[in-house]
Amino acid sequence: MKLIERFKQGKFVITCEAGPPKGIEMEQMMSELEPLRDKIDAFNVTDLQSSVMRVGSLATCRLLKDRDLEPIMQLTCRDRNRLGLQSDVLSAAVLGIDNLLCLTGDHPTMGDHPQAMPVFDLDSVQLLSAVKGLMGGKDMAGNDLEGRPPQFCLGAVVNPGAEPLEPQIIKMEKKIQAGAEFFQTQAVYEVDKFARFMKKVKHLKVPVMAGIIFLKSPGMAKFMNANVAGIHVPDELINELAGVGKEKRVEKSLEISARLITELKDLCQGVHIMSLGWERHVSTVLEMAKL
Amino acid sequence: MLFTQNKPTAEVLESLGAEKNIFLLGCNGCAEACETGGEKALSTIKAELEKAGKNVTSTTLVDFLCNKVLVATRLARETDNIKQTDSILVLSCGVGVQAVSKVVDKVVHPAANTVSLGGLQGLWPSDERCQACGDCALDYTGGICPITFCAKSLLNGPCGGAQDGKCEVDSEKDCGWQLIYERLEKVGRLENFKKIRTPRDHSKMLPSSELRKTSFYDIEV
Repeated sequence: MKLIERFKQGKFVITCEAGPPKGIEMEQMMSELEPLRDKIDAFNVTDLQSSVMRVGSLATCRLLKDRDLEPIMQLTCRDRNRLGLQSDVLSAAVLGIDNLLCLTGDHPTMGDHPQAMPVFDLDSVQLLSAVKGLMGGKDMAGNDLEGRPPQFCLGAVVNPGAEPLEPQIIKMEKKIQAGAEFFQTQAVYEVDKFARFMKKVKHLKVPVMAGIIFLKSPGMAKFMNANVAGIHVPDELINELAGVGKEKRVEKSLEISARLITELKDLCQGVHIMSLGWERHVSTVLEMAKL
Repeated sequence: MLFTQNKPTAEVLESLGAEKNIFLLGCNGCAEACETGGEKALSTIKAELEKAGKNVTSTTLVDFLCNKVLVATRLARETDNIKQTDSILVLSCGVGVQAVSKVVDKVVHPAANTVSLGGLQGLWPSDERCQACGDCALDYTGGICPITFCAKSLLNGPCGGAQDGKCEVDSEKDCGWQLIYERLEKVGRLENFKKIRTPRDHSKMLPSSELRKTSFYDIEV
């Protein structure tokens, strides 16, 4: 099912990130996602996240589909040129994938194969245009596709915490022009700042899903502040988490996430949860947030 | 020697858009040898622009446009003239265009595509870089090269990875797109950023067989 249908139904859409393993045993990943079946609208499968080599998004999406779980296939420009990307888009359609999330992708130097050639033959805007072209029955060279063209719901990303914000918004507008129908954001910890962002993009009239990353520890929060672009965890949240004993930390962390979701709920059209190994806690957080 | 080829006149005119008063700045170095710079190219392009209804405010030659000291010294004499022109059309390689953009706060347009860096590389005394992509986009990016300045060579804006204006690849390296954004804002051309740039044509990087047959190409390579 295309994710855009959920938004059209007026539902507050919830997606959860699913990171394939480094290795071919998929059982653990699948068993962690299974309990979320009735709570999550779609599972967003990463494409070699952080430039770390692992099982691909397409195969994992198909496995989810086989289990009747709705996948969103992430597609980055880092590893394939336009031949590879377009071919994988067709392959995704053949395997029944309805949702694609098109991103630039991290640079290879961020991951475990820093020696790799960075491809970036296309950027995220051009990738969206290319997929839109395939959906219209033409490849990037203008050749006709045989038979019925593929159909997808296209998503993209935006970073509401970027400074300056203006270039991000210009690029977001270009992504919409190129075919993006929904957006998910980098992790949000400052509700006021996010509200200002939403006000600035109100005219674009596309559904936006706020990104949620569980704060597992004060150290993780500080690490993200220093190293992850556009993420800023305010000191109050770090102190709140640091103020409880280690045995209560998980509980506190989930409480913070649930509170953020509750506060963000009226500002946007959905949340995208990047659980980073804490899939088992996703249900609890959603219950705490009354979703 | 940096090998350059003239952009088609239609492409140059499209880039100039509604601008009326154009300052022509030619390089007398490598571009002169390629006949994309130098006296001859200046007078050819002057005639073409005038035919298209443009007003050419100057035809200035600088020995090596990649040398910013030379460029700044020579253009200092033209300050009043430059103030009254809408933009500068630069007849040189990508490095020259970037050098001009760095020393003058004016919109710059490349008149040529750089197709090969050849052997000897002009003067090239500073941090501007050209990858000879063969499809110079410096007019749309405020004279800052997105191919060499952005770690991912993105054409449509920054990725989400820059932090505090620095690149995700190297925290000591400026985000090229942040520089481009600031520059376009400064020269009043932010609308350039809003246009979707189509994917690069990598086949333009291959020097044509005609170019490879020239004595310049042979001698140098």
